[in-house]
Amino acid sequence: MNIEGKKAIWKDYQKEIADDKFFYVRSCVRQNFFPGSETAFLKIMRDELKKDVYEHPCHTTCTGIGYHSDIVPVETTMTVVARQFALMTEAGYENLLPSCITSFGLYTEILDTWHHFPEVEAKVREQLRKATGREFVKPKNLAHASDVIYKFRKEIAAKAKFKLINKNTGEPLKVVDHIGCHYSKMFPSKGVGGAEYPYVLTGMVEEWGGQIIDYPERRHCCGFGFRQFLVQANRGFSVACSKEKFESMKPFKPDMIITNCPGCPMFLDRWQYVINEMEGKRYGQNGEGIPVFTYEEVAGLVLGYHPWELGLQMHQTDCEPVLDKMGIEYSGEDKYNLELGREYSKGHKFINV
Amino acid sequence: MAGLEAAGRLSMSGFEVSLLEKENKTGGHLNNWHKLFPDRRSSSEVMEYLEKISQSDVIKVHTKTTIEKLSKNKNRFSIITNNGKELLADAIIVATGFDIFKSARKEEYGYGIYDNVITSADLEDMFRKDKISLMNGNTPKTIGIVHCVGSRDEKVGNLYCSKLCCVTAVKQAIEIRELIADSKVFCFYMDMRMGGAYYEELYREAQETYGVNFIRGKVSEAGVTIDNRLVVKVEDTLAGRPLKMELDMLVLMAGMEMSEGGKKFAGISGLKTGENKFFDASDHHFGSNKSNEKGIFYAGTCTAPMNITETISHARAAVAEVLDYLNDRSE
Amino acid sequence: MEKFGFTVSKGRQIDYDANDRSIAEYIFDREPSFRLCIECGGCSATCTTGNFTRFSLREFNILIKRGENEMVRDKIKRCMLCGKCTLVCPRGVNTRNIVFLAKEAFKKSNDYAI
Repeated sequence: MNIEGKKAIWKDYQKEIADDKFFYVRSCVRQNFFPGSETAFLKIMRDELKKDVYEHPCHTTCTGIGYHSDIVPVETTMTVVARQFALMTEAGYENLLPSCITSFGLYTEILDTWHHFPEVEAKVREQLRKATGREFVKPKNLAHASDVIYKFRKEIAAKAKFKLINKNTGEPLKVVDHIGCHYSKMFPSKGVGGAEYPYVLTGMVEEWGGQIIDYPERRHCCGFGFRQFLVQANRGFSVACSKEKFESMKPFKPDMIITNCPGCPMFLDRWQYVINEMEGKRYGQNGEGIPVFTYEEVAGLVLGYHPWELGLQMHQTDCEPVLDKMGIEYSGEDKYNLELGREYSKGHKFINV
Repeated sequence: MAGLEAAGRLSMSGFEVSLLEKENKTGGHLNNWHKLFPDRRSSSEVMEYLEKISQSDVIKVHTKTTIEKLSKNKNRFSIITNNGKELLADAIIVATGFDIFKSARKEEYGYGIYDNVITSADLEDMFRKDKISLMNGNTPKTIGIVHCVGSRDEKVGNLYCSKLCCVTAVKQAIEIRELIADSKVFCFYMDMRMGGAYYEELYREAQETYGVNFIRGKVSEAGVTIDNRLVVKVEDTLAGRPLKMELDMLVLMAGMEMSEGGKKFAGISGLKTGENKFFDASDHHFGSNKSNEKGIFYAGTCTAPMNITETISHARAAVAEVLDYLNDRSE
Repeated sequence: MEKFGFTVSKGRQIDYDANDRSIAEYIFDREPSFRLCIECGGCSATCTTGNFTRFSLREFNILIKRGENEMVRDKIKRCMLCGKCTLVCPRGVNTRNIVFLAKEAFKKSNDYAI
């Protein structure tokens, strides 16, 4: 493996990521799957990096999940997205920061459509005006939350209390990076590192001491999709996608998986349980599974946030093996102790501190 | 090559020729090939022929020379070279040739990233040394050849077919089978373009005598397993199903592109290039040596992908055009 | 084990390295013209059986070469041995003999390993 070849490609795919004054739009379901992630992100941005991240209380889902399931027509989706832009304009911000990868893909796709078909944009403006009376300005910069963490990875590394290093052996942890399909497969130039060898998570992991693994099914979708799993009978296809990835990464003995999409960690995490139930197979070492993290959780762990405050107890595949390797202290009894969880949230304002 | 042939023919008609060569020796890509299709004769025989024909007192070869400025005064051209020399000429033949497509641009194949992904040019180098080996020194047993790398591909901006890669793939497949007795060779093709004399027969020979396997489908991606073997995914279109296989080595048939030197010369001379980025001849059928500038003519692969036979013929045709022009018989 | 309401889908990739190509080897050894096939489909186009049943000699040749024997094992018997395929073949493959040998190989592999 020649890293120089990859570096040449990464240089070709650089993108503009805004510095400050972000308009944060949340994910519909991420707070349910991984409760600590978005909170950790906001804490890192506001408290650690002292950035201005604004959330409008009236912002809604981008309807990407409905659009991709053929439930919401594309004209409706575009109008809802236009409303999000209008809220952003009203609040005086220009840099859009979606939390969800599908949102990011949707916003990129819609902006690109409007770029090539201005008549569609004009129609959407009219629809929005008729429906809500709002006007909007298109965002100057569109960057996904993982892009922003990638941009500030060095600052986070400087404040790191733990590194992605196995404290028993001194070796970097072996990390599998899984990028959400909507990040760069549709528009490779809009993703850091392009579509073949995306760099956004690799950069983070390398900066924080870990080592990325390249395995044959690296590009494979985790199977989230939307229509594949919304109907119960189709879920076999989704499981098979994740299973193919696990079979491919197993020989490389990864310690953990890092992802930047809401759906991917959900599936990679939960399907390990399902595959174990159905076929008795486990993919980690010592009969364990491979813990799956979102990048905010990894950033939080690196900065020393408590694992149970980050919501890691909600993961189906136990995260304790990685916590042990990194040398993070935690109490097993406190794991589901809501009091501790509540302790963190007392007196903490979530919106627009 | 076209330059040497044209220089030779011009000298036989009594002209003085200045041959400007940007490398430190003439011959272009022919210097790097080992055996030539379709009959696998040695490239050095063609090289000897070209050297002999261009051996003349009236031909002056200027190596490591490129053109910085070009101007025309009445019917004479003035050329300023990178060495500061000025050369005067009554006519110019452009024979800037082609460049091989840079396969690192096809990121999914991992050229320059994974061990043992090489191009057809790299493989010719191995043939010249009479030994094919992997990065770790072992001999490969299963080798895949990918057709159409950098050609017929919208993603890299080359819509045209490079014409010669299919027959080169077949030739190289045969040579691999000859060098490594128990090897298995797989050619992954979109179409088999065997348009020259004896090319189709070579394809038949590859199958019949050498047992080369042909799978119709474009390779979508290459990855590495834990043993550092390559694994490729290809749609076996004729079976209607995707196929996955592990290989020791992957050879990319890199296509032909307009040369960098040619592009630079087009920039300073105002010569037109076509959509395929090669020089645009004034007429496809009966003016393929003529440019849009009177007195400047084209010879060889600077106009389009061509094999050696066609290049030499094209160079001779360019000389005929020059003779016509100088005798004021052409329009 | 819980009932989830779905099962893991089977992959449909041809795993070339895992497949058993002994049937193909058997035919290659006895009918060298099998190597000449370019899968042009001339044989299937004229095929009597292929006209009315899902029998494609072109498809079966490929499946055998890839080692997907199970898909061919029973269906190859449908060939009527009329010989129209041999008339068409531009490469001169002895297609009828390939069908004979395939049937022979399948029968032998049922009885004992070849």
